[in-house]
Amino acid sequence: MSSKGKAPLLDASKVNADLIKLTYGALVAQIVKDYERPEDVNKQLDKLGYNIGVRLVEDFIAHHNIPRCLDFRQTAERIQQAFRFYLGMQPSVGNWSPAGNEFSLTWEQTNPIGDFVEFPDHLRPLQYSRVLCGAIRGGCEMVQIDVTINIAREFLLADSATELRVKFNKRLEDALPVGED
Amino acid sequence: SLKARKHARNNPPEVEKLDESMKRLNVTPDVVLSKLEGMGYQVGLRLIERLLKDHQRFKDELEIMKYICTDLWKYIYDKQIDTLRTNNHGTYVFTDNTFKPLTFFSVEGVDQYYAAAARFITFPCGIIRGALSALGIRSAVSAKATTVTACVFEVIVERS
Repeated sequence: MSSKGKAPLLDASKVNADLIKLTYGALVAQIVKDYERPEDVNKQLDKLGYNIGVRLVEDFIAHHNIPRCLDFRQTAERIQQAFRFYLGMQPSVGNWSPAGNEFSLTWEQTNPIGDFVEFPDHLRPLQYSRVLCGAIRGGCEMVQIDVTINIAREFLLADSATELRVKFNKRLEDALPVGED
Repeated sequence: SLKARKHARNNPPEVEKLDESMKRLNVTPDVVLSKLEGMGYQVGLRLIERLLKDHQRFKDELEIMKYICTDLWKYIYDKQIDTLRTNNHGTYVFTDNTFKPLTFFSVEGVDQYYAAAARFITFPCGIIRGALSALGIRSAVSAKATTVTACVFEVIVERS
C-alpha cells in the first residue's frame, strides 16, 4: 500500500492506500451486517487477519533475506519491518515490559488501515484494527512464536494513537513425526 | 524458512478455504457475489466523492464514462481502460485487456479460472455502479472475463 501523495503504484504489487482503506471499511461494514454483535465481528476480523498472516509470512521471508531471530526484540523489529513493507506505514516499537516479553507497536495520530471511519455508539466495542492483531498472531505462529495481542489505544476512538500490545507467550515446539530430522 | 515450512506441514494452521467456508455457512456463490458487489458499490460511492472534490462539472454522460475509464481506473488500477464503446443509447462497454485483479491468482484449469475470476470482477462492477450513482446515474453493471487477464464491463444506464 502506498501512502497518498507519493507516486502511487510504481510497481505492480502496490495498491492505492485510499482504496485499501475504503475497501476494508466496506468489508467491516459488511461483516457487521452479517454478524451484528460487535464481539462476533471482532472474532471474524481476527480470523481474517490470522489467515492473512499465515500466508504473508512466507512471502515476507521470501522477499527479505533475514536470519533467525535470536530474541524477542529482533522479532519486534521484523514485525515493524513487515508493516513498513506491506502497509507502507511503520509503527514505532517501544514501551517494553521489564521482563522484555511485551512491547507496543504504535502509530502516532493515525490508524494505518482506518480513515474516514465513524463509530456509531452501539458499535463502540468493535475493534476496527483487530485484523492487524490477527495478522501478527498468524505470522508469528508460523515461525513458532505464540503471542497475544491487545489493542491498547485506538486512534479512531479518539485516542492519540493506535497502539497494539504484543505479548510473548511461548515458543511452539515442533511435534515431529518419527523419521524426520 | 525451511523450519517454518516444516512447522507448517506438521502443524497445519486452521486456514479455511473459501469453498469450505461457503459450505459451512450454507452460502451460495450468488450470495457471495452480491455481497462483494455491494461492498464495491460503497467503495465506488465514497471514492468518487473524494476524487471529484475539486473537479468541475461534467458536461454529459459520455464525459462521466470517460472519466471513469481514465482517471478513476488509473487511480485504482494504475492503468486506463483500453477501449470504451457505446451505442449512444445508454449502453457502454469498457474493455480492459490486462485487468490487474485477474493477474494475481492461479488456478488448476480454465473452468476454475472463470469461476474464480467472477469473484474478482464483481467488486469492480460495484465500484463502477457506485461511482455512477454518486454522479446521479442509475445503472446496471455486469462483467465478463473474456480471455485470461482480459475483462469486459457492460454498463447499462437506467432511464426513468
